[in-house]
Amino acid sequence: MTAPSLSPSGLSTGSRLATLAASPLALALMAIIVLLGLGEMLSPGFARGDQIIRLLTVAALLGIAAAGQNLVILAGGEGIDLSIGAQISFGAIIAGNVMNGSDAAIAHAILAACGATFLVGLVNGLGVTLVRLPPLVMTLGMMAIIQGGLVVFSQGIPSGNAAPALMGFINQPALLGLPGILLAWAVLIVLMGLLLRRTALGFAIYAVGANARAARLVGLPVRAVRTLVYGLSGALAGLTGVFVIGYTGNSFISVGDQYMLPTIIAVVIGGTSLAGGTGGYVGTVAGAIALVLLQSVLTTLHLDFWGRQLIFGGTLLLLLALYGRQTGPRV
Amino acid sequence: MKRALPSALSALPAALPAWAITAAALTVLVIVNGLLQPGFFDGTVLQSNLTTFLPLVLVAIGQTYVVLAGDIDLSVGAVAALVNVVTVTVIAATGDGPDAILAGLAAGLAVALACGLVNGLLIGVVGLQPMVATFGTAILFSALALRILPQAGLPVPDAYWQTYGGAVLGLPTVLLILLLAIGFVALLARRPFQTWLKAVGGNRGGAFQSGLDLRRIRLSAYLISALFAGFAALCLTGETASGDPLLGQSLGLGSVSAVALGGTLLSGGVGGAAGSILGALLLGMIGNVIFFAGLPFEYQTLVQGLIVLAALAGGVLVARRR
Repeated sequence: MTAPSLSPSGLSTGSRLATLAASPLALALMAIIVLLGLGEMLSPGFARGDQIIRLLTVAALLGIAAAGQNLVILAGGEGIDLSIGAQISFGAIIAGNVMNGSDAAIAHAILAACGATFLVGLVNGLGVTLVRLPPLVMTLGMMAIIQGGLVVFSQGIPSGNAAPALMGFINQPALLGLPGILLAWAVLIVLMGLLLRRTALGFAIYAVGANARAARLVGLPVRAVRTLVYGLSGALAGLTGVFVIGYTGNSFISVGDQYMLPTIIAVVIGGTSLAGGTGGYVGTVAGAIALVLLQSVLTTLHLDFWGRQLIFGGTLLLLLALYGRQTGPRV
Repeated sequence: MKRALPSALSALPAALPAWAITAAALTVLVIVNGLLQPGFFDGTVLQSNLTTFLPLVLVAIGQTYVVLAGDIDLSVGAVAALVNVVTVTVIAATGDGPDAILAGLAAGLAVALACGLVNGLLIGVVGLQPMVATFGTAILFSALALRILPQAGLPVPDAYWQTYGGAVLGLPTVLLILLLAIGFVALLARRPFQTWLKAVGGNRGGAFQSGLDLRRIRLSAYLISALFAGFAALCLTGETASGDPLLGQSLGLGSVSAVALGGTLLSGGVGGAAGSILGALLLGMIGNVIFFAGLPFEYQTLVQGLIVLAALAGGVLVARRR
């Protein structure tokens, strides 16, 4: 597997096109177009502008959380963040309590939610890099601690609610008919692109993910980079939590749980290898949109829940089989 | 890698296995529980606790072999749910005599093996990424379970749960199952197969070059994992005495925690199922102690997470001294 950042300069136009067509991003984009067509066929009006904006809003919540998952996975070392769902709930509850319906406190709410989850993420990172716990169990343990902490702290009763301006930001058109959250997502896509392609940190994340030993030998701070990506993953989950409470108006202690596994799926079907070092955020964005679209198309089918799940699981495996295959005996 | 360590750790004997901290934590919890719960060491209380812990113990044993080969199986909970609903449905469809129960058990285990085959083919042969692929197959297996039995119900004949809760050959059935499982673990530890698994998980390229059939070995591990998820499902059926398409949802990540607590490296190649049994028992005991310490139930997840991380961190520190 080669890094997509390398330009295939030695290839003829034909094989370059073939490479492009077989790339995860192209497949995810194709899946998006096919799903939109299918949805429109099954239920006319599915691909209408306001419907698409509604779908993109849901995809944005997943996509923003998946940005953090993307960074953690890119930095390698079996990196994965299973605590993202719990951190979204954490962020949502902090934001809800800080705002408590007041527009004036939105900035404080965002700062408090992202700050707290950034710190929790750093603890994940330190557990992985200093104590050297496997990321899977470190973040799984953190998930249990956050979920348990939230239950103890709130006694199971949700508290706090969203400010009206925040709800408007998520649900009302702000510019060119697009709600603010989509503009925020667009800004995040640009920022992630700049971070990964134009900054020293971005190059370090790819280098550490591709070959930690080589990265250490050239003097990159492997542990610091890996610790930082868990912190960023936490902060992005916290931000998602703020948007989630804006989307729903109020929160409950497991509001974020449903995002945990989909963030991993969006990253993987977007072409980032779970082994680290290859991939990028644009693919993850396409993966998140494809995932939300697929679920939406399945909802328009008049099927029982089990039938929808059967098709969902089957499609997921098919997407994986199309380009997620591991070649040779390596992993 | 040499690093400075607390002197308390350096005073420990040099050759501690990675699961030593887990064993120590388990011992402490057993003592604490013995003090808190009157009659903890009575036969019936031990039997009832073992009944609660057994499903996770069985799933963790099966999960170990997959993890040893460098893979992971997140579908075990869904496999357990599917086996449970198939077993109760087959029993209900064939009467309620001993023959019907045996038919149900056989059908359940056959379904478990079929699930393992699907996982093993997709990951070992087609080459899908294990974590995401078993998450995908889990969605499929859960969907089938909901198709077969949309709602919890369909009680099993009395003979089923009475046998499970009773005794066979003078031993409590749950203890007999545990002993059989330990026997399987001990037997497999002596077979070349476990060495191959470790080779595949520790150095996949090297294992391939030395002529090991990676596909068959990885597929076999998934078959074992699914089979043990099936055994766990049959035990859960004996405990709940009915079918539930949503059963066992915590078994997947719970079994991975148990395997890690048992000293098996999640990256593969090092470890064994004996440690996983201790890990699963530790996870079970935490819930017990919280209950009998009179802590509110809400503390369970929090304390469980803290103890798991503390035990794992301790295990890493102990192992790193060598």
